[in-house]
Amino acid sequence: MSASSQDPAKCEIAFTVNGQLATVRVHAMERLLDVLRHELGLTGTKEGCGEGECGSCSVLMDGLLVNSCLIPVLQASGANIVTIEGLASDGRLGVLQQAFLDCGGAQCGICTPGMILAAVHLLNKKPRPTLEDIREGLSGNLCRCTGYMQIIEAVAEAGRRGAAT
Amino acid sequence: MTTARIVGTSVPRMEGRDKVTGRARYVDDMVLPGMLYGATVRSRVPRGKIKQITFGPGIDWTEFVIVSPRDIPGKNCIALIEDDQPCLADGVVNHSEEPLLLLAHPDRHLLAKAVEAVSVEYEPLPAIFSMQESEKLCQVIWGADNIFKSYLIEKGDVDAVWENADYIVEGEYTTGAQEQLYIENNGMIAAFDPLQGLTVWGSLQCPYYVHKALVKLCNLPENRVRVVQVETGGAFGGKEEYPSMIAGHAALLAMKSRKPVKIIYDRMEDMAATTKRHPSRTRHRTAVRKDGKILGGEIEFTIDGGAYETLSPVVLSRGAIHAGGPYYWPSVRIRAKAVATNTPPHGAFRGFGAPQSLFALERHMDRIAEAVGISPVEIRRRNFLRPGETTTTGQSVQEEIDLGRLLDRALEVSDYHEKKKKFATENPPGHSKKGIGIAAFLHGAGFTGSGERYLGSVVGLEGCADGSVRILVSSTEFGQGTNTVLCQIAAEALELRYEDVGIAQPDTQEVPNSGPTVASRTIMVVGKLLQSAALGIRQTLTASGKLGSSYSPEEFRDACRAHVAEHGTLRSLARYQQPKEIFWDEEKYRGSAYAAFAWAVYVAEVTVDLTTYSVSVDDFVAFQEVGKVLHPVLANGQIIGGIAQGIGFALYEKVIWQHGRMQNGQMTNYIMPTSADLPAIRVFFEELGNVHGAFGAKGIGELPMDGPAPAIINAIEDAVHVRFNSIPLLPEDIFDALAKPGVPEIASSSARGQI
Repeated sequence: MSASSQDPAKCEIAFTVNGQLATVRVHAMERLLDVLRHELGLTGTKEGCGEGECGSCSVLMDGLLVNSCLIPVLQASGANIVTIEGLASDGRLGVLQQAFLDCGGAQCGICTPGMILAAVHLLNKKPRPTLEDIREGLSGNLCRCTGYMQIIEAVAEAGRRGAAT
Repeated sequence: MTTARIVGTSVPRMEGRDKVTGRARYVDDMVLPGMLYGATVRSRVPRGKIKQITFGPGIDWTEFVIVSPRDIPGKNCIALIEDDQPCLADGVVNHSEEPLLLLAHPDRHLLAKAVEAVSVEYEPLPAIFSMQESEKLCQVIWGADNIFKSYLIEKGDVDAVWENADYIVEGEYTTGAQEQLYIENNGMIAAFDPLQGLTVWGSLQCPYYVHKALVKLCNLPENRVRVVQVETGGAFGGKEEYPSMIAGHAALLAMKSRKPVKIIYDRMEDMAATTKRHPSRTRHRTAVRKDGKILGGEIEFTIDGGAYETLSPVVLSRGAIHAGGPYYWPSVRIRAKAVATNTPPHGAFRGFGAPQSLFALERHMDRIAEAVGISPVEIRRRNFLRPGETTTTGQSVQEEIDLGRLLDRALEVSDYHEKKKKFATENPPGHSKKGIGIAAFLHGAGFTGSGERYLGSVVGLEGCADGSVRILVSSTEFGQGTNTVLCQIAAEALELRYEDVGIAQPDTQEVPNSGPTVASRTIMVVGKLLQSAALGIRQTLTASGKLGSSYSPEEFRDACRAHVAEHGTLRSLARYQQPKEIFWDEEKYRGSAYAAFAWAVYVAEVTVDLTTYSVSVDDFVAFQEVGKVLHPVLANGQIIGGIAQGIGFALYEKVIWQHGRMQNGQMTNYIMPTSADLPAIRVFFEELGNVHGAFGAKGIGELPMDGPAPAIINAIEDAVHVRFNSIPLLPEDIFDALAKPGVPEIASSSARGQI
């Protein structure tokens, strides 16, 4: 056992990530973002601002879209977390991911994981969203490259292709 | 070759799959064994002498690697144009957030506490924070006169035009600093091995800029410094020069500790310490005939360079050359200067000086129109450059560009005339006003003047042992689509499929120096060289009899494989040679400033809410001639993304300065547009082609940054009949102008009528 795993200030926390049970021994107030990235190696979740403004670190927690930089890991105890790594199965892209590729929804790619999770969340609520729904639904996720239009197009296209089903 | 098969189509983004699955590896996703985290202790005063540095109690400093200027093996500078910017301030600081000391430790949390525990005692020196203070020499902080660089562009006899002028129109226009706000903060990892040398991996645009800086700083031979660009999460110019600083810091810590060191900035550090768009002030004085024809003018263009020279001379140059816009000036005098202030150095940001000087010009054109009594459309139409006419630097327009037609098409698509009429008569007296505005502009592609000749870029193409082809360039992907379009170009030139071509990771040990990824040059200049390199590969394989004049991809693969098996490496290099017709006089600032210009007319429609004083952009039409469009989806993405940044530049993004330090360095209080803020942006391309670019392409990346701000502010003036000559224009500024008593309808006017 390493020294850090014996640290009495740390506690054991278990939650489900992308369908698999994960148990970590960490400080209770560590950010979920850091636990995902550093403890579990799920580096698809990105940090952009560290204060819940940019949405790059968005993940789904029990079906809700959250900024993982604002979630102390203790709060995730027992929760069901979905990250970008959980969306492609057996190397096959999900419908939304394919639509992002086709429509130019990803440029530099740093906001893309969070943006796609925000879109998953939206399509779960509204399988055929209007453009206004999409603008509103993605407004918590900042993208500096695209001006959003091709992202909006990708989400609309994914809706048409039945991403939510 | 027959008709293009691959260029002009929207093939999948080369690294797109990794990006949509979260597998793309950015620098913060990399972990090396035994890696330490590095952090920077920074100046908290804008100017002063460092009296004493104290390492406070409560920290076991023996656990930390500490680097001070004394630990620098080479020259304490970030080599760029001049070597005036230190890597670590030594004895004196010249701006807030200037790096003083470096710390490294395995525990990030402890590191942050340690940075706080270092206290620095200063003897403060008086500082200057504005261009005015710098010009008045309130303090001399750089050289003899605070001027980093000045240029004079002269054409015709300006002094003779004033007496024949029917109108002389004057105006002053200013633009603020703008943060690039890539979503991935700056970051770098360095590792040092006494035998192999130094390697850095990072988020950056220009591997060979970093290489040059590290060689000088670390006093290492060129072949023992290796720079690798990893996936980069946005840059926009913001990762052109500052990454050399961060790489230097990581390198110094790695050399001292003999362990890999990772430095990742958090958002506040990135915003406060790294570069922004240069604040600017432009003064116009223009002589105009009563039919609206420009006779001549004087333009004074000044930018705030911050505390060190860095790239300011080059930004200034582009801004000055673009100051005359897409118009014919029979005579003009442009005086440009970059001045020093005690703020962090301003730097590269998409457009590179042109958005500043073109904002001024395109506001000024509306003012001239008003003075003369003709429409904003007519004033532009009557002064547009035509083929054969010369720009302000005397460059003859060689392309068959018809700006009048571009303008007409933009007006038609945007329904400009109908709307203009409607808003003038039907604007509701109540809570909102609508307006429509235009901007016409150009953007030069590639390095200015002799820049490309000095760069002498080299592009490589390699036939591999398995028969595939690999592009070798230092040109980087950071979202724009470099990887994708370069692979399209190579596939097209070799008559292969897109899938048959790959591109090497930019690694100075692997790829030749194809120049920096800046100045809208990659597809035009590097792409054209790639076409030549492809020709070299074909000729080699044909000459050896392995390849016929027409072939299938499989036949090519076999030929390539056989060649490598017989002769070893199959590599073709192409080096830039300046076309003879491109001549530039660096002394007089005359001649062909750019190998090609992209041209555009943008139309913005806005609503000004008279309750909240906020502005919404309701419609945006962007018409541009950019040569051949090689990838429609990516080209659209570039234009729309640039316009979004332009809308931010005009209406949202304000850097609040206090004593030369950014006070709102967070995404909470520095506001960029969200998906809910932007209109549908309608993009249209004219494609005239370009002999200097790959398959007729021109530069495209920076163009869309130039037009949105003036088009929007012109639309706001159309809506509320108040002149605004400064951006960013926030609701409080509009409130001040509209709602405060005693403010005249046309505020701060300096336009003069007939003399």
